[in-house]
Amino acid sequence: MQELIECKNISKTYGKKPALKNVSFSLPLRGVFALIGRNGAGKTTLIKILSTLLEPTSGTAEIGKINIVKNPAEIRKSIAVLSQEAKAVNWLTPRQQIFIYLLYRGMGINEAKMKTEEVIKTFKIGKNADIVNSRLSGGIKRKVLIAMVISTGSKILFLDEPTIGLDPIAREELWYILRRLKKTHFIFLTTHYLNEAEALADNIGIFDEGRLVQIGTLQELRKNINYQYSIYVQESRISLKSLKRYGKVVKGIDNKLQLLVDQKNADLLSKRFIQQKIRFSINPISLEDIFYYFTKKQILEESYE
Amino acid sequence: MSNIFSKIYASVLVTAVYAMKNYPTMVISSLLTPFSLLIFVILISKGALLDIAIIGAILSTMISSGIVLQIDLSHLKNDFKMQDMIVSSPTSAFIYIFGMSISELVYNLPTFAILISLAVFFVHIPLVPILTIILVMCMSFAFSTSLGFLISTFSSDMMQSWTFSGILTILLTTISPIYYPITYIPLPFRYVAYLSPTTYAAEIAQNALGSLKLPLSTLIINWIVLIALSAIILVIAIKKNRWREK
Repeated sequence: MQELIECKNISKTYGKKPALKNVSFSLPLRGVFALIGRNGAGKTTLIKILSTLLEPTSGTAEIGKINIVKNPAEIRKSIAVLSQEAKAVNWLTPRQQIFIYLLYRGMGINEAKMKTEEVIKTFKIGKNADIVNSRLSGGIKRKVLIAMVISTGSKILFLDEPTIGLDPIAREELWYILRRLKKTHFIFLTTHYLNEAEALADNIGIFDEGRLVQIGTLQELRKNINYQYSIYVQESRISLKSLKRYGKVVKGIDNKLQLLVDQKNADLLSKRFIQQKIRFSINPISLEDIFYYFTKKQILEESYE
Repeated sequence: MSNIFSKIYASVLVTAVYAMKNYPTMVISSLLTPFSLLIFVILISKGALLDIAIIGAILSTMISSGIVLQIDLSHLKNDFKMQDMIVSSPTSAFIYIFGMSISELVYNLPTFAILISLAVFFVHIPLVPILTIILVMCMSFAFSTSLGFLISTFSSDMMQSWTFSGILTILLTTISPIYYPITYIPLPFRYVAYLSPTTYAAEIAQNALGSLKLPLSTLIINWIVLIALSAIILVIAIKKNRWREK
């Protein structure tokens, strides 16, 4: 039987302020689960609860049949966590940082040394490995922390916004590593980069104001939305009002309107724009479109409102 | 067992070995505090308080370990979020704090080496008082590090941590007569010194040195206070620390 990660009605309040509201889901413990949402949506709170850093106010969760609320010590043997706000310790070098973390994980000295060297090689941080972290760039320090978490060999990884501060090449390199890892690991990641979730995730969760509003594969999320296409129109002759009846307008900024439409209206509008020689582009809906749809967010300049 | 050793060794590396290796000026800084007061007391007393001051400096270094531990733990917890990574790992709060406490001793090894050499030359007492002094020092160390850990789990940023550190310094090392006998403090103010648990430790050590003659009843009370306070703080630190956030 496939092992699962299961959340059952998890809620969390800070004082009187609710951060999570009855979050429930069940996923196989394999592949990448990406949680997307706006700042303050509750992503970090959920990751903190699942990685045993924080107790929920109510509800429970199990990872591979281990109740993480009642028995956190048991699950800690199998997980490794990169917090969103984690920083490389200033006075350590990357080699020292990775080595000490592996010791904290309970590895013997020789094994920790070996794993440290392996991960330094995998992440190509050899030339910076003996420079104190305080002298390294933010991106390299972030890379060191990711390397440190992955070097543990834990089969369940919680990565809270892991690629913040990484340059595009470093991000691609990490994606490559995560794609390889996801065949044998479960990676729970939160991200603000929707292309990252699209590129890596087997399952995606959309979080909004403490609620999990959607969960599923990208294809499943696409099916749950009434629109199949996203149209961008860059033309001052087109008014927001005239487009509203064709679909859902999600953006109106810099004379550029974006609306989500179904197959029929996509055909209709395409023909109309071609006839009227209006510049437009049409694409199948992306995760970004789905995100805007489910979080019911519109970006509209005052002139459009 | 090697598993536990690895975890303790990790703490020793983080705040002692690697810190001193990468920033050697930290060694000089660790030496300055106990020696500045030691020299000051010896000069003022024209050498009369030499033995008390040397033992006081060792005791003070042990107690200061708890204060420094509080700052180190807060720094690692709040600024680097390292404690989050440890909490979610197989390392328990007890092993972490034990390792970090040992690391404070390792960090102070150069200081201890010099102070113990001075003690060998200038403090001549029989074996039993030496053992008593060692025991008092161990109790003071356990007390101050437990207190340091407890407080660090409640601090949310470095400003708070520095404030706690200031209060602890006054409570544990300033108002208590560590470098000189309590009789040097004028009477109405002497009672204030008893607010500090380290005063009881200092009195027991000074009694063992022979520079203070305490009645047996006072000596017993001092031991009871020291043991009880250490036990209470240790229990509170274990039960009430904020290892896993609520």
